[in-house]
Amino acid sequence: MTRHFLPIVGLIVLALALAACGDVSVATPTPGGAEESEPAEESEPAEESEPAEESEPAESQAAEQPTNGRLAAVIERDQLICGVNGSLAGFSFLEEDGTNTGFDADFCRAVAAAVLGDPEKVEFRALNADARGPALQTGEVDVLIRNTTWTLTRDTTWGLFGPTIFYDGQAIMVNADLGAATIEDLAGATICVQSGTTTELNLTDRMRELAIEYTPNVFAEIDPTYAAYEEGACDAVTSDRSQLVSRRTAFEDPDAHVILDDVLSKEPLGPVVPLGDDEWFNVVKWVVFAVIEAEEQGITQANVEEMISSQNPVIARLLGAEGELGAMLGLENDWVVDVISAVGNYGEIYDRNLGPDTAFNLERGLNNLWTEGGLLYAMPYR
Amino acid sequence: MTSAPLAGRGTGVAPWRDIRVIRVAAQVVVVGLVGLLAAFLLRNLLTAMDQRGLGFGFGFLDSTAGFAISETPIPYSATDTYGLAFLVGLLNTLFVSAVGIVLATLLGLVVGVARLSRNFLVNRVAAGYVEIIRNTPLLVQLFFLYAFLLQLPGVADSVALPGGIFLNQRGLSLPAPVFSPTLGAWLAFVALGIGLAIASRFLLPRGIRSIGLLAILVVPAIGWIVLGEAPIGVDPPVLQRFNFTGGMTLSSGFTALLAGLVLYTAAFIGEVVRGGILAVRRGQVEAARALGLSEGHILRLVVFPQALRVIVPPLTSQYLNLAKNSSLAIAIGYPDLFSVSQTMGNQTGQPVSVIVMVMGTYLTISLVTSLLMNLYNRRVQVLER
Amino acid sequence: MTAEVLPPPKISVGPMAWLRENLFSSVLSSLLTLVVGGLLLLVLLLVADWALTEARWGVVTSNLRLFLIGQYPGDQAWRVWLSLAIISALSGLSAGIYGAATRTLGASLAAGQILIAVLALASNLGWVAIAGLLVNAALVGVAFFASVRFRISRRLLVVMWLASLPVSFLLLSGLGTEAVPKVSTSLWGGLLLTFLLAIVGIVLSFPFGVLLALGRRSTLPAVRILSTVYIEVIRGVPLITILFMADIMLPLFLPGEVRLDRVLRAMGGITLFSAAYVAENVRGGLQAIPSGQGEAANALGLSTAQTNIFIILPQALRAVIPANVGLFISLLKDTTLVVIIGLLELLGIGRAVLAQTEWFGAQLEVYVFVAAVFFVMSYAMSQASYRLETAMGVGSR
Repeated sequence: MTRHFLPIVGLIVLALALAACGDVSVATPTPGGAEESEPAEESEPAEESEPAEESEPAESQAAEQPTNGRLAAVIERDQLICGVNGSLAGFSFLEEDGTNTGFDADFCRAVAAAVLGDPEKVEFRALNADARGPALQTGEVDVLIRNTTWTLTRDTTWGLFGPTIFYDGQAIMVNADLGAATIEDLAGATICVQSGTTTELNLTDRMRELAIEYTPNVFAEIDPTYAAYEEGACDAVTSDRSQLVSRRTAFEDPDAHVILDDVLSKEPLGPVVPLGDDEWFNVVKWVVFAVIEAEEQGITQANVEEMISSQNPVIARLLGAEGELGAMLGLENDWVVDVISAVGNYGEIYDRNLGPDTAFNLERGLNNLWTEGGLLYAMPYR
Repeated sequence: MTSAPLAGRGTGVAPWRDIRVIRVAAQVVVVGLVGLLAAFLLRNLLTAMDQRGLGFGFGFLDSTAGFAISETPIPYSATDTYGLAFLVGLLNTLFVSAVGIVLATLLGLVVGVARLSRNFLVNRVAAGYVEIIRNTPLLVQLFFLYAFLLQLPGVADSVALPGGIFLNQRGLSLPAPVFSPTLGAWLAFVALGIGLAIASRFLLPRGIRSIGLLAILVVPAIGWIVLGEAPIGVDPPVLQRFNFTGGMTLSSGFTALLAGLVLYTAAFIGEVVRGGILAVRRGQVEAARALGLSEGHILRLVVFPQALRVIVPPLTSQYLNLAKNSSLAIAIGYPDLFSVSQTMGNQTGQPVSVIVMVMGTYLTISLVTSLLMNLYNRRVQVLER
Repeated sequence: MTAEVLPPPKISVGPMAWLRENLFSSVLSSLLTLVVGGLLLLVLLLVADWALTEARWGVVTSNLRLFLIGQYPGDQAWRVWLSLAIISALSGLSAGIYGAATRTLGASLAAGQILIAVLALASNLGWVAIAGLLVNAALVGVAFFASVRFRISRRLLVVMWLASLPVSFLLLSGLGTEAVPKVSTSLWGGLLLTFLLAIVGIVLSFPFGVLLALGRRSTLPAVRILSTVYIEVIRGVPLITILFMADIMLPLFLPGEVRLDRVLRAMGGITLFSAAYVAENVRGGLQAIPSGQGEAANALGLSTAQTNIFIILPQALRAVIPANVGLFISLLKDTTLVVIIGLLELLGIGRAVLAQTEWFGAQLEVYVFVAAVFFVMSYAMSQASYRLETAMGVGSR
């Protein structure tokens, strides 16, 4: 017994490790499902690997199985991995009980409802501004809905941008005591900004254009940025107007801060998917269009079930009562019904998170249907 | 060693038992395995990078950066290239590391000697300091210091210290030296003064030799008066609407980082110094005392040179640690090399190239530092007879 | 013979003598005592005043669950206490069998759990957690006495320790059944994640490091060069660059659809980093072994592998245990760096908590708490290391 102690111990531990792997494989697939990574260099005899592993996935969807790519992977995994902010109330905010609420979070749920039939099958990944690009590039997230501005560089390097879900602009918030009314009054000021954002670049451009000296105070995370501003380490903070409004509600004295009227740039915010997957891009794109179209057609969370039997051919097609359009995307035919019953139409999503009944009370403005003077225009669903 | 006999002429050992063959074969196998693994990983990497549009190349170094950096030792603006931004980050890192190393060594010496003091209070206070610093993570200390500095009064209520120095939550504003055109001429006077002092050491008789040292003070003073325009002026910080202009400002980020690094590394250096001094054999000190040397002389001439032999190698690794720990500046907003590279990687969309550049740079810094310290180490090592 | 009246002998015992010798032995010493003593008193008073009056310790107590286990579902927290129970029991057994250092560690574990239970009284952690923690603390003691009473073989204990790792991991991550649903590692946070990263880092980097050390001392040039290059490159770069490289590039190194958890990537980075430092420590130990040992083994006919496993390594590893404990303490502290790649371990949770509106401005309290937790853990480990050194006689002449 003693002579073979080491091999026996090794076998027992190996067996346990394998048991851990094996046990997991009969269960539903691990959402973060992974293999222990091989260290990059040494190839010496295998170390014990921690049993966090890739499980044999269980087929879960009854729909037509797409051939390859991310859509198939999401369906196999039975969970959508959505990159979000996590610290921006109204858009994506991690509540104390662990749920994620907000405008962007609801769009994540819409995509999950469309693909998996269940809006709760989402794993929210909180990403700071610097991490979201690499997260897309490495394919760590399936879709990034994190108040991300559509730019050429990002379109070509990070991923493909879906239709804009929120038209915003960059603004500057200052302490009311400083008595600054326009951006020119901020000569010599210290301005807080987050790194890795378009706001950082736009601020530089605008100040250069106006030939105003200023000192940037750059932070990697969103929370320290606003904390520094509130503590007084910066005179002003700049970001998307919606973000400034959202963060201001969390200040100790919101009325002591004023958002200047200057608009520094266009900030069209929308969902982003990794490059190289047209099928998945189409899915996400049409989820957005469906939600907008639903508002245009008057379909709400309350009446979607009865609208299925509508006589209006546009609605019938949208809700899958006619035609095989869902299958062309690789989804169930009635996927729009799932989406609307889960999160409602665009207007409902907006009102629930940013509307007059919330602390933010953001006006629809450009974020209204084209029929109401806004820029939201869904492509024909046929 | 295996029990296989060496193959010699005529002993006819089978190749698979021949030690030389086994050695070569083992190496071939190892290299082959590593090579296969590397090739596999590289192939995956290239495919993945292709798929995801991640470029690899350093062409972006010539394109416009477009982002501003809050502290720049050399002139830099958003219209400059990424390459220059990288250089600014590197200079910030080197500056913080160099100043940190000097201050940490000084403080470490004090702490080390304090740990050996016979005064109970001094000893215990130093010990407490070392224990607390060594047992808490550096990052926590940095955040704590930064948050602590933020508690200082705002810019409008800056604490005014004598000498035109202002302390507030955004940093320390000091009067900056301003160099006028007469600086060159005045430096010539300084050089002359030093030259006279050195010359006096050799030329003057023993008794009045030290008077020659006065030349170092007198000659430059004469020059200052003679030249008329002061070679070094003072640019005091002036409070404008939002901030101080003029003078130089040590931002709270820089201060927090420097203080954190110095306090942290000094604790470790203190222990190293203490270990070095304790390593000097007691007999040496006793013999020196028997010879009638004063305590100061003993420390300087007997203990310290011998202690240095033991101190220098671990001291090297502490210096390297300080330089590497400076990368934590990203957490408190100081634009060091790593922090700037993160912005670069993000804005160019080529994080892989940027990471490689950054790791290469840190590696170079480490290698150069340990090379220099090794040269010094060789000088203090025992010259064996 | 006139008797000279000698002055009474100088007091050399008692508190006055102690004061004179230790605090006021010379003018300089007296001055230092006054200055340092005065400053110390001032600082202590300020800190005490702040801690007792101004500081808002509510930030810690009302978020205690977040600090301890992050976003781990509250109703599944019993699994965490159960894993801790396993570890407590094993620590108690080890304390009885191995003695000295392990006794310190076992005692610290029990004390730590009691401390947390006391803190939990003021928080909303729930009576299940408090009961669990107290039971665990008691379990350490019970196991200790059990091990003294019933003789348990060391081999069995080693097996149990090795088995406890996958078992705890399984328990925490879940089996996917109704009773034990899956909890993704991305939800693990706080102190739980700190321990996970540290323990996995230590367990994995150690064998890897030993292999690297052996490789660096190998007579085969190819192996030696590869090991040296790896060790020097890793030791020359900051940990944070390796973590970023692991975060960004590890997924790229793996084929296609194999997805790596964020936590696993961080573990990978930490392991790669720590292995190089362990290798250098072990190499120092290997160099200290007199060559006579190797020669004697050779004379006895042992193969290289046998020599290494049975003769060289046991001696080398015993010699470097103190250095390695120091390394593991720094590994524990270095886990805080994963904050920068977005993982929410103890420090990360602290910063997330600071983002809550009501605790704005409570930074100093949070950082002091986090520092205190790390201090307690590191101090316990370094005390255990000292006891180990004295027990092994390492370092004494």
